[in-house]
Amino acid sequence: MTVQQLTEKLNLKIFSGKKGLQKNISGGYVSDLLSDVMGNANEGDVWVTLQSHKNVMAVASLKDLPAVILVKGIIPENDTIIQSNEEEIPLLGTTDSCFEITGKLYNLIADNK
Amino acid sequence: MNLFRADMHIHTLLSPCGDLEMSPANIIACAKKRKLDIVGITDHNSTHHCALMQKLGTENGIFVLTGAEITTREEVHCLAYFESPDTVSEFQLYINAHLPYIQNDPQNFGYQVVVDEHEDIVQEIDSLLIVGLDQSIEEVQRKVRELGGLFIPAHVDRPRFGILSQLGFMPDDILPDAIEFAQSATPEKFRIDHPEFNKYQLVSNSDAHCPDQIGIRYTIFDIEKPSFKEIKMALHGKNGRKVLVA
Repeated sequence: MTVQQLTEKLNLKIFSGKKGLQKNISGGYVSDLLSDVMGNANEGDVWVTLQSHKNVMAVASLKDLPAVILVKGIIPENDTIIQSNEEEIPLLGTTDSCFEITGKLYNLIADNK
Repeated sequence: MNLFRADMHIHTLLSPCGDLEMSPANIIACAKKRKLDIVGITDHNSTHHCALMQKLGTENGIFVLTGAEITTREEVHCLAYFESPDTVSEFQLYINAHLPYIQNDPQNFGYQVVVDEHEDIVQEIDSLLIVGLDQSIEEVQRKVRELGGLFIPAHVDRPRFGILSQLGFMPDDILPDAIEFAQSATPEKFRIDHPEFNKYQLVSNSDAHCPDQIGIRYTIFDIEKPSFKEIKMALHGKNGRKVLVA
């Protein structure tokens, strides 16, 4: 499943990083501690978080994550948007809570396997 | 130049996690006993004990660095210090404007009380002080700079509430006056464990929440005399002033 398909299926807002919409998603990871994501996320995981700091995009790039989903209607900071565009990693948004979006995401990824 | 021993990170009983024995009067008494020349007063998201600490410090020959330990939106703890009572007050207004209101539950989090020099309670703070401000670390840094303050990310190497745990690495637009390490036993060990912080001045402090902890970690300043300006010069290695980390 591509990031583009994911945004359509889960009705996600695309803040930035549109050039990366054809990246492939193979799994997911949920965490708000960037150190934890650096240590434990796998390549191909879409990352669900409430952290909107620009370091999020650097960590996503480091770990080869195809996209980041910000929960609860959180609006990213400007420099995070800039970095998302530079890294070509889509920064997505939902008004769902972390629990809700992760449930939907899990089912979608499981169905696609 | 002279050597002065500083513990720049101490909580009073105002912090919910601060022991009830941590009254300003008791902190100054303990600091004197442990031969500290400089103490930093850094309650969580609050400066309400700064004025009293400063008064008691002056009376007892201890220089007090007045400030707070801020929790940013990313839940990174950062120490901020200000030179004058006016800038402390102004920073308190900034905290008031950006601390989300969540009622404190003293049973779970601890009491948040302001006391006078006789240790009588003069005010209880209702808004839970350990919540993160609705401000990013960059925004907090900007405010501290605007007020001429010192900005020092706290316990960067701890697994909780430090730059490393919360943000993975130091954001490139954070330009601190120093960073506080807390986990490594010595500065040499910290330098080996975290070469990514090599360009920053280090400080080491106790982060005391109870009297026994005051002064267990400290920083030595090689300066003319204890003052905000001298400490700032030392942190930046200016005019022969310097920092020796114990």
